[in-house]
Amino acid sequence: MAKERGWQARLFRGLPAEHEAKLIPLLQQVQKAYGYLPPDALERVADELGVPPTRVHGVASFYRQFTDAPRGRHTVQVCLGTACHVGGGKGIRDVLTQVLGIQPGATTPDGAITLEEVHCLGCCSLAPVIVVDGVAYGRNDRKKALRTLMECYDHEPPGA
Amino acid sequence: MSSGGVELTIDGIRVVVPTGTPLLEAAREAGIEIPHLCYHPALSSAGTCGLCVVEVDGKLAQACREAASHGSDVRTEGGRIGQLRRLILELILSDPPRDCLTCEQAGSCDLQRYAYRYQLDANRFLGPDHERREAAPREDNPFIRYEPEKCVLCGRCVRACAEIQGRHVLGYAGRGFATEVASAFRGPLTETSCEFCGQCLAVCPSGALSERGRRFTAGEWELQAVQTVCPFCGCGCPLTLHLAEGRIVRVSGGRDGFRLCVKGRFGLSFVHREDRLRVPLVRRQGAHTASSWEEALGLLADKLRAIRGRYGPQAIAGLSSAKCTNEENYLFQKLMRAALGTNHVDHCARLCHAPTVAGLAQAFGSGAMTNSIDDIEEATCILVTGSNTTEAHPIVAQAIFRAVRRGARLIVADPRRIELADIADVHLRQRPGTDVAWLNGLAHVILAEGLWDRAFVEQRCEDLDALREAVEPYTPDVVEELTGVSDADLRRAARLYAGAERATFVYSMGITQHTSGTDNVLAVANLAMLTGHIGRHGTGVNPLRGQNNVQGACDLGALPNVLPGYQRVSDPEVRAKFARAWGAQVPVESGLTAVEIVDAARAGSIKALLVMGENPMVTHPDQRHVREALEALDLLAVVDIFPSETAEFAHIVLPAASFAEKDGTFTSTERRVQRLRRALPPPGQALPDWEILCRLSTRLGFSMAYGHPREIMDEIASLTPIYGGISYARLEGEGLQWPCTSPDHPGTSVLHQQAFTRGKGRFHPVRHHGPSEPPDADYPLALTTGRVLYHFHSRTMTRRVGGLQEMVPEGYVEIHPEDASRFKLETGALVRVTSRRGSIVTVARVTGRAQEGTAFVPFHFADAAANALTARDTLDPDSKIPALKACAVRLEPVVLD
Repeated sequence: MAKERGWQARLFRGLPAEHEAKLIPLLQQVQKAYGYLPPDALERVADELGVPPTRVHGVASFYRQFTDAPRGRHTVQVCLGTACHVGGGKGIRDVLTQVLGIQPGATTPDGAITLEEVHCLGCCSLAPVIVVDGVAYGRNDRKKALRTLMECYDHEPPGA
Repeated sequence: MSSGGVELTIDGIRVVVPTGTPLLEAAREAGIEIPHLCYHPALSSAGTCGLCVVEVDGKLAQACREAASHGSDVRTEGGRIGQLRRLILELILSDPPRDCLTCEQAGSCDLQRYAYRYQLDANRFLGPDHERREAAPREDNPFIRYEPEKCVLCGRCVRACAEIQGRHVLGYAGRGFATEVASAFRGPLTETSCEFCGQCLAVCPSGALSERGRRFTAGEWELQAVQTVCPFCGCGCPLTLHLAEGRIVRVSGGRDGFRLCVKGRFGLSFVHREDRLRVPLVRRQGAHTASSWEEALGLLADKLRAIRGRYGPQAIAGLSSAKCTNEENYLFQKLMRAALGTNHVDHCARLCHAPTVAGLAQAFGSGAMTNSIDDIEEATCILVTGSNTTEAHPIVAQAIFRAVRRGARLIVADPRRIELADIADVHLRQRPGTDVAWLNGLAHVILAEGLWDRAFVEQRCEDLDALREAVEPYTPDVVEELTGVSDADLRRAARLYAGAERATFVYSMGITQHTSGTDNVLAVANLAMLTGHIGRHGTGVNPLRGQNNVQGACDLGALPNVLPGYQRVSDPEVRAKFARAWGAQVPVESGLTAVEIVDAARAGSIKALLVMGENPMVTHPDQRHVREALEALDLLAVVDIFPSETAEFAHIVLPAASFAEKDGTFTSTERRVQRLRRALPPPGQALPDWEILCRLSTRLGFSMAYGHPREIMDEIASLTPIYGGISYARLEGEGLQWPCTSPDHPGTSVLHQQAFTRGKGRFHPVRHHGPSEPPDADYPLALTTGRVLYHFHSRTMTRRVGGLQEMVPEGYVEIHPEDASRFKLETGALVRVTSRRGSIVTVARVTGRAQEGTAFVPFHFADAAANALTARDTLDPDSKIPALKACAVRLEPVVLD
């Protein structure tokens, strides 16, 4: 049996361009609010904008900035761009995966940290670089990177 | 050069094409096929694959997006064009699929064809495997298989889903090498609004989307193609069956070469079922036992002769079949009239469009769809009433979608919030059984506001004063009182319909299946005439016929009061003409209608009943009464392809050939006569119905000797003016639309263009009487019945198709949330539905699509049979159709101990 489709009526006579233009900003807001894009929220976005859910999902799954899995409270990105790679980025990544017990792309079971691998952040003069919650920390070695990581935990509320 | 055209040279060939034609299409005119993957003529152009690159005056251009320009010189091959195409193909195939050796598409794959054409024997870009290549084939539904590694991401499927079917189920997901075509959140298609029309796989240029059941059945090169016609609804879609070793492997075709619905594309495997009838059966000591044709037909002929001898020919009746061919219907009525001597012949049109045949004949002189299916796309306003078009006539729904997409206004009048209501400008939600009131209300507003077409009415119509007087009392406030349709909505609908340049009426059984069925049809006809919306393209009165050949069964005289071509039995000249041709008298008295035949059988005046391809146990109203009637017969003979619920009662059961196993013609709802072609031998000893009829008739002493259905059609043409120009030689292409009166007549796509068939169109005053069985304290809900997309009629065919059965395995009753809480029901709860005639237990489905105070039961399911509830004794006085759409019921939750 066909599902009932709130978005379809409006869509049918042609989608106003501004609705599609609103899609990405709205997804960004959702991601900010939840830390990721829950499917229910995407259905709601589709309904609000009159954009088919497939299109919403298409956009959400296309851009790297969006994620469909719940994220940690903190995001740690390790750069493996050319300069960072030469400067030992791989070793830094390895020590972080070892300490956190997760692979890049995953989140620690306590929900504290999401570890990501990125390829050049445009600050090669600081190589090797890690980024914690949007703040770049440069000229790392394994020890310094670990220290920076530990600071995340310092900012955690007690018992979290 | 013609006006509005451009002339250009393509590979040295001069062509003239209309302004705006893409180069790719202009090249087709010159007989040149430009390679392409993402382009499809019926879809918007995406311009993503780049393969159609050509040179226009030396500059590179995309042939799918560049319009032909006057005086330009286009090169489609050679030099850098070939190199570029090769490069593009190398990039597409940098991640090549691994099973080209065993791919279902091999041999008809565009990608393979182009790779060969551009000699892709090596690839500079071969890389390591990526996610998409690793992805497993997806088979999350009964019908469609998707293999991401074969997908070239051309997006044809995505666009077909959105633009043709209006579904937007498919989209792109992911990025880079992992990009694939998927539903939202990659969920199974069965959990989306997918209708499994399969347009996506029909337009797929590679093997990425294919028929799920097809894997490892046969390669493309082993297939034999047979052109034929879909056996399900009245849309009459042309089909191509692709067969190997006597099995249907896949189905293609449809309108525009790819538009079909789930039943036509995925629903034909019933012909191969093991439980097909294979031998004649004769009842002995209460049980059906296998017999020979010789014995079964001998017995049948003897019994018929005995009954005729003892009780006279009026004790014999026949139900012909809207599923059988024109030729078979013609022979059936000829057998009844000439060989047996009775006009007691009718068929299931009595239960669907008898009021259309009666009403439109009175108003216009011809009781059929006035325009064509494609013609609906020309309308600027469409009024749909009593037709759940998306489920019952999916291909007509596509025409409505396309018109609306182009800006046409849509008015839906239906008690249920059917899917079309979602995209309608106005939804009039009348209470069941109140159609005359709102239709008259529209006429009232149109007259009161001066919106009618004075010139048309004065020149082409008569009896306007009668209409004026009749609709006078139907002021918007009275109509609101009677129907529940608001004053504002009624006025808005009247203005949209009357004010449109070209408006068309599309209706179906929601209009006809009432005691006021003929009046409803007359009220519709009144509106079309009053506004001049008839006799032109994009206008008309368009009843959608339900069965593949219900139009033809009516046309060929499987009706008790008319001979083929609607020539009246009561006319002595007509009878004389047929008597001369047949060498037998045509009985004078009009016969009984289908419902009356069953009544007469129960009462004992009909002793013998021949049933060809019908299943009255499930399709006739008041099942208990039907059972008693069948049990009372001295002789019941059933010709069918499966053992049906009706065949269980038969004394003799004869096995028939299915649509795929015989030649003949079907006439679709748009009056199009099309060729059905034999693709397979019938199973066992089964025979085409026409051969069975010939053998039986000859045994009855009335010789029928035809070597092939083409000879029957020649006889039909000689006796039936509207089919006068039809012959098999002329039906090779798209068929012919009647009236087609002579061998050089081109057929008629729009009726009543210069004058109505009867001369002047006649207004008929009609009055609101209300439903025959209104809800009351004991039976507080109005019951309506109808179809679902995945099934057809008594499900004799569709319940034998796994996928269709999986989609909707059982019956249900649809009710409004308010009524659900009143009767303490929720979705999924077992519920007993009871009318004055019987009761069924089924499953509740609670939805806002139902109107408060109404309940809807699909009529397909024998185990929760709508006809256990419906009434047979409330008939439309003119057409004798029973009021199937409005009876009163009550609901009770069923508590299991």
